[in-house]
Formats: sequence, structure tokens, C-alpha cells
Amino acid sequence: MFLRMLVRAAVLRRGRALSALFAMVVAAAVATAMLNLYVDVQAKLRREFRNYGANLIVVGKDGASLPANTLSQVESTLSGRGIVAPFAFVVARTGDGQPIVVAGTDFDRVRQLDRWWSVSNWPSAPQQALIGVRAVAAVSPKNQPFDLSFQGRTLHLTPGGTVQTGAAEDSRIYLPLSDFVAWTGIQPSTIEVAAAGSPEEIAATINQFAQALPSADVRPVRQIMEGEARVLGKTRSTLLAAAALIILTAALCVLSTLMGWVFDRRRDFAIMKALGASGRLLNGFFAAEAAVLGATGALIGFVAGVGIAAWIGRANFHAAVVPRFSVLPVVLAGSMIVTLLAAILPISLLRRVQPAVILRGE
Amino acid sequence: MFVRLVYESFRRQKRRKLLAGAAITLGVTVATAMIAVATDIGDKINRELRTIGANLLITPQEDTLDVEIGGVNLKPPTDGAFLNEADLPKIKGTFWHNNITGFAPMLPVNVSLEGNGKARDATLLGTYFSKHLAFGKEDFATGVRTTHPWWRVSGAWPDDSSRDVLIGERLASRIGVKPGDHITLSGRDLRVSGVLSTGGAEEDQFVGSLALAQEILAKPGAVRRVYVSALTKPEDAFARRDPKSMSGPIYDRWYCSPYPQSIAFQLAEAIPHSHAEQIRQVSQNEGAILTRIEGLIFLITLAALFASALAVSAAMATAIFERRAEVGLMKALGAGRLAVASVFFAEATLLALMGGLIGFVAGGLLAHQIGQSIFNSQITIQPVVLPVILTIAVLVTFAGSAAAIRRAVRLDPVFALRGEL
Repeated sequence: MFLRMLVRAAVLRRGRALSALFAMVVAAAVATAMLNLYVDVQAKLRREFRNYGANLIVVGKDGASLPANTLSQVESTLSGRGIVAPFAFVVARTGDGQPIVVAGTDFDRVRQLDRWWSVSNWPSAPQQALIGVRAVAAVSPKNQPFDLSFQGRTLHLTPGGTVQTGAAEDSRIYLPLSDFVAWTGIQPSTIEVAAAGSPEEIAATINQFAQALPSADVRPVRQIMEGEARVLGKTRSTLLAAAALIILTAALCVLSTLMGWVFDRRRDFAIMKALGASGRLLNGFFAAEAAVLGATGALIGFVAGVGIAAWIGRANFHAAVVPRFSVLPVVLAGSMIVTLLAAILPISLLRRVQPAVILRGE
Repeated sequence: MFVRLVYESFRRQKRRKLLAGAAITLGVTVATAMIAVATDIGDKINRELRTIGANLLITPQEDTLDVEIGGVNLKPPTDGAFLNEADLPKIKGTFWHNNITGFAPMLPVNVSLEGNGKARDATLLGTYFSKHLAFGKEDFATGVRTTHPWWRVSGAWPDDSSRDVLIGERLASRIGVKPGDHITLSGRDLRVSGVLSTGGAEEDQFVGSLALAQEILAKPGAVRRVYVSALTKPEDAFARRDPKSMSGPIYDRWYCSPYPQSIAFQLAEAIPHSHAEQIRQVSQNEGAILTRIEGLIFLITLAALFASALAVSAAMATAIFERRAEVGLMKALGAGRLAVASVFFAEATLLALMGGLIGFVAGGLLAHQIGQSIFNSQITIQPVVLPVILTIAVLVTFAGSAAAIRRAVRLDPVFALRGEL
């Protein structure tokens, strides 16, 4: 009987029930999408911030070279959670005796780590150099091969491309690390690391490095870490404020629609009461109806919300936002509370009214 | 008669009007606050991104190559060209001076640190800490405290007019110097006012006022490079075009957009014999991050507008649905469909205008509150937004009521009056 009443109530007034369900679905979808984005935005923005390049720098103590196995140690400590690039530097002389900084590095790694480098063409062959835009005039103004000398040893190079960064790199010449080591005999003194993860994870990584590499100094690049923390914090707070506002609006929308629906059915209520239904039964009936509506709306809304969040992720971050099922209980509970509230409020008002008055339409 | 109908309806049905009005007010509040936040978020995040450091660098035009490894300058300090300190306030005279949040000149000089009877080589970096400058009628303070906000000092920041210096953290622990100690640099007795920690090469150096460095180098007015922090717009294909190849109006548009390239171009124009360039690590990436955050907030604002429109429609539909008996009575007395509909639409317009006005003010306060608590700065709403918001409020209220009004005017008065359906 109870079930039948529930089903018939929904079927007979399809229009009103559907509009209440629609409001519920929209509210749950918006809430799900906002909560999902709020949880996920940090990971998405962290990835953007990794484009700033290294957030940790491993250098030899007092400017000394790092032991030869340092790079592999750094990589095994990171175990894939970041990008690593080694650098070795010397001051060499150009053909006309001008001092110039020459660096040896691994171009494939630098290409991933320092994405802001504006490079005309990455060198691929040995003995090819990547020349800073300001250094071009000093060594190879006509794109011709040139010589560099370091401690009496001369290296013959061909220009492979130019690099522009607006910083110190513009005045340097970059060589493949193998050529550099064969020429100077100097091993890398700096390893730049773009470590992924939260500030806590990065602090743990620094500790691991310090233990694994006793002969090196590990320094965080403070401006990058602080800037990242600030921007992430502010964005999340803004998102939270927006989420709160939107969820509040959606909840109020549901509340007003449902309250209208229940008010509308005061005749049903009066008839049931006139036929002798107890207060508890009536409360139970409307509460069960509200709970079913809330749960259905929340479930459909959750699916829709995950879709919206994924779409926003793809449109804005070019990566889908992963559905967070931890959000589901929150949305479900929130929906139930709102629908129950929307049912109980009008009922407690109607309770005090005599059924006869309602049935007479006053 | 019409006016009286509407007036009486507002006077006698205060509760219902209050409910619908509250829904509209809330919807407009949320919409206004979100629009205000969305239009301002780019600027706010841009300012936060300035924590990462300067995004433009001015160097002398005819400079020799930098010989710098790991932030340590190996070039002989007298070598190469210099900028003139007297030209620096002109940075605030460029077209985009309001977008320039600060600048800091740098002049590294070699000094000998004397103590315990022996001397060792060290670097002293001359700069502005927070120097007061004037350009035209404008007074401003600028220096590393604005452009390098991640620098930390234990002790006190020196004054720009004093001869106090900061000592880098690593250097301080190596030679055992505390804030308040006196040291001898190239024959000058100087007080160390604080220990500087930066995470960079400055931790092995001394940092003093620009005037002190110029005095040691014996080159008054000399500046090696200037770091400039500017609020810029994310770069696009237009920004990357060469200004020399542009025709008049296109050039003007490029010149008057705050791209990193065009601000650099103007800086090089303002300071004689200089070359200005964006620091790509900073400027390229902040463009990407700004675009992402702005896009996110824009999409969320759309969601907020959608949710508030829905809330307003729902409230209006409920309010009209409850008044079927009234419609029945009006129709029974001979009112046509048009008359009934126009009463409802007039009421909806009035409600929307009142709710819109209150909501606009409340939304402004809310946006202000969000700005204060999250960004510690103002978020102001342009008055231009008001007519837009009001139009949207009226349209949404109309759209929300339309379906309910149509159903109401179609009702058979007999059924409506009997309270059926």
C-alpha cells in the first residue's frame, strides 16, 4: 500500500514530479562538478607549474663536480616522478680570445625540462652546438663552423641552432655532454630537477637526496616553490567560494521547487488525514518520497556532474578530470538533507490545519 | 485599474512576493559576485605570479657577453657597458607604467673581504632595497623587496641611503658573521644589518645599496642590469609579430596591448642605449597559467549564472502556480488572456528590478569580501555591469515565468476557482 501510494503519486503528477526531479539533478550535477574540480584543480595546476622548469637544484659542494654516478642516483631516487637534466660549465675562449661560458648537457632532457627555451633547431649530431642568441655574433655570425679553446685544447664545432631565453643562457654555448666531457674532462657540476608532487612530497624528496648524495648540496628554487604555493592557494580559495555560492543557489532552487510541489498536494494530504492516517504515517510518506527523489536526483546528477567536470578539464586543461567517487556520499547526503527539509517544512505547516479547511479549498 | 491591480498584489501578498524577490536577489547576488571575481581574477593572479620574480630584463645595448655560471658573475666588473641610474625613473613614464609593479637595478662589484690579517675575494651586489623615487608628479618606492619577494632577511633590511649591507646565508656561516657585526670590505668599515637567504647565488655574496657599489667601482651612476616586474597579458600570435613590419593602426594596437614584448619594446625606448627582453622562463609560463585559471573561473561563472537563472525561474514558476484561483477570478470577471498575462509580466518586471538592484549591491559587497579575504585587495565592480545584470535579471525572470503564466491564462476559470488542478 505504502509503495503503491509512492508510485502512483509520482506517476499521476508526472509534470510536477519531473520538474522537481530535474531541479534536483541539476543541483546535484553542479555540486558534483564543483567538488570534483575543487579536488582536482591542484593536481592540474601543479602540472602547469612544472613547466617553470627545475624546482630543485643539486650542485657539488663548493662548486666541485658531482661524482659520475650522481645522475643515475638522482633518477633512481625520483623513480619517474620528475624530469632531470645535468649541466657542466667552463669558461672557454673564442677564436679571438673572448671569454665565453660553454655548457655541456643532454639536449633531450633539457627539451623536456626547460620548455620555455625558444630554440630554432635542436642539434642532433655530435660536434653540433646550440648557441645563445647573444653569443651568435661573437662566435658564428655567418653560421660558419668555429673553434673554442679551453686550457690549450681546441674543439671544432658546427652551429646546430640558436637558443633564446632572455636570461644567462643567451650568452652561452651548449654542447652535447659527451663532446663536452671528452674536450674538457670536466663532469657535470649541476643537476636540475623538476620534481612532481605536493610541497610535502618535495620536502621528502629533498631529504632523500640529502641522504643519497652526501657530496652534494640540494637547494630548492624558492621563488618557483613559493609562487606555486601562493597561486594554488588563492585559486583553490576562489574556487571554494564559487563552489559554496553555486551549491547554495542550487540547493535553494531545489528547496523552492519541492516546497511548491508539496504545497500543491495539500489536498492529498488532507484526504489521507481525513481517512484516518496518523501523523507518523503522513510524515513517513512524504519523507520516503523526498528520500527517493533526493537519491535518484543525486545519482543522475552525479553522473552528469562528472561529465561536466571532465568536459571542463578537457576544454581548459586539455586533460580529463578524474571522477572522484569520494564526492558521491557528500552529494548524496546533501541532496537527501535538502529534499527532506523541503518536504518537512510545508508538512509541519499543514499539520496544524484542519483537513476540512484544505478540502474546501481555502 | 492595471496599476492598482499590481500595487494591491504587492501590498496584500507580501509573503509570496518576498519569497520570489528573495530568490531573484540571491540569484543576482551570486551572478554579480561571480562576474566581478571573473573579470578581476586575471589581474589578481597576475600579481600573485609576480612572486616568481621579474619578467623583463633591461641590459645595455652594446654589452659584451655575460660570463655567468650559476648566478655568479665571472666577467671583470669594469668590462662591458653600463646603464645610467638617472634614466631609471623613466620606466614609470612609459605607456604601461601602471602595469609595472616594480624594478630593481643590479650592479655586481668585486670586493676584498679583509679580516684576521688576510684578504679574500667576494662579490657585493649593489641594488635598491625599497628606494623612494619620483617621476613627474608620481612618488613611488621600488627595489628588490618588490621584485624579489622570496628574499628573506633575518635581522633588518638596510636603508637605501645607509652604508649597511646584507650578508648571504652561506657566506655568513662560513666566516661567522652575525647581524650587527662590522666587516671590512675593500678598506671600508661596514655594518652587517642582516643575513640574507634567497636559495640562489646571492647567499654567497654581500648585498648593499647601489650607491655603495658604485662608490667601490668608482663609476657613479653605473647600473649593470635592471629587473622589471610587470603585469602582462598572455602572449599570442599577434604579440610575437615584429613591430617593424606592422602598419600604423596595427602597430598602435600592438603598442597599446600589455604583451611582454610590447612592454619590453617601450622600456628599451624609454631608456637610452638599452636592450629589454622578456625573461622567457617567467613570462611564457605565467601566460599559460593565467589562461588556465581565467578559463576555469570563466566556466565556473557560467555555471553560477546557469544555477541562479534556474533558481529564479523555479521560484517564479512556483509563485505563479500558487495563484491559479486569482487567475480564475480575473477571467471569470471578464479579463482577457492579454490582460492577465500583462499583470503577471508587470509584477515580474518590478520584482526583477527590485531584486536585481538589491542583489547587485549585495553581490558587490560579496565580491569585495572575497577580494579582501582571499587576495587582500579590492575587487571592484564596474557600474557598466549594472544595466547588464538588470537586463539579465528581467529576461531570466520573464523566461522563468513564461511557462507558468501561459498555463495560468489557459486555465478554465471554473476549475481554477473550484481549486482543481
